[in-house]
Amino acid sequence: MVACIIVSVIRFSVLFSHGYSSPEYAFFYYYSDVLLTIGLYFTLTSLYAHVFEEMAAERSIRLGAIALLLGTAVFSFAIVMQSQAHIVGRFFVEISQNLNFVGLILTYVLWGAILKLRETRTRLIQLVLSLGIFFSLLAATFALRNLYPPLHTVLTNLSPITGCLLPFAWAYAFWRFPDDERLSPARLTVVPQ
Amino acid sequence: MIAGIILACSVVFLLQFFVSYCRSLIAASSKQALSPEVRDVTGIASSATGDDFARVIQLLRLCPESPEDRSRVQAVGAYFSLLNMVRSTLAKAMPNLCAWTETERSHCAYFAAVALERRIAFSRDMLAQQMDG
Repeated sequence: MVACIIVSVIRFSVLFSHGYSSPEYAFFYYYSDVLLTIGLYFTLTSLYAHVFEEMAAERSIRLGAIALLLGTAVFSFAIVMQSQAHIVGRFFVEISQNLNFVGLILTYVLWGAILKLRETRTRLIQLVLSLGIFFSLLAATFALRNLYPPLHTVLTNLSPITGCLLPFAWAYAFWRFPDDERLSPARLTVVPQ
Repeated sequence: MIAGIILACSVVFLLQFFVSYCRSLIAASSKQALSPEVRDVTGIASSATGDDFARVIQLLRLCPESPEDRSRVQAVGAYFSLLNMVRSTLAKAMPNLCAWTETERSHCAYFAAVALERRIAFSRDMLAQQMDG
């Protein structure tokens, strides 16, 4: 959250000094977006560490996360190499999209693990579910942008709204649910277990 | 092609996360018992039904909003609309699904009643603060 606030302030100063349609602002916007997505990606791995804390698998999770991050970067670079121009700019956009989708898959796997391990901590459950909603919305927005380029303007305005959801949901989870509050996992599955 | 697959996966995952998120909100409020006065006002005597939801939401709108529960009520309202949509389409052909949507709708109504209870308490606190000031 602190990183997000700092990035927003720097973005505003770049916007103020160079203008909305300047290449400097576009470059900084996508560059900082990648940094924030990587930050969120490591936050997700820390949620993994919380869920699997009894297995003491923190080191393995961290190594796996770094390997996956590097793999995503290489994959994104390989895609960008096929285009001729604006390689650096395209790389930031591509890696951001791919990391969002990888984040979504990882959140889904984590949600599956929560249900399987019968995790009961309400706050943790809320954090993971709101992260899942956030990643799904972002991935869907990026995919729609690629599929329907005329919708670009509408979807560009949708991204900041999506961005507000996660801080609100997480703030609510930290504020409303104490760390020791428990929830029956059977109440969360659509098909009763 | 890849964008289409990503879109399809995202929509399915979004739906699943959204339903689970709303269920977690509802489950968290289900432990709270309703006071007799809220039971009187809402007409929920023993257990809530899905049809109570609209009435409780109308009562909720009469109370000053607390910033804490605004987004939660909106999320569960959207979930209730989704359940209504399922009830009027898919559930007509599947009796099990129909029973499930009814149960979920009643949980939504109970959630709204708990939110009403909290808003009444919030209004009382505000009034008490004004009286003290």
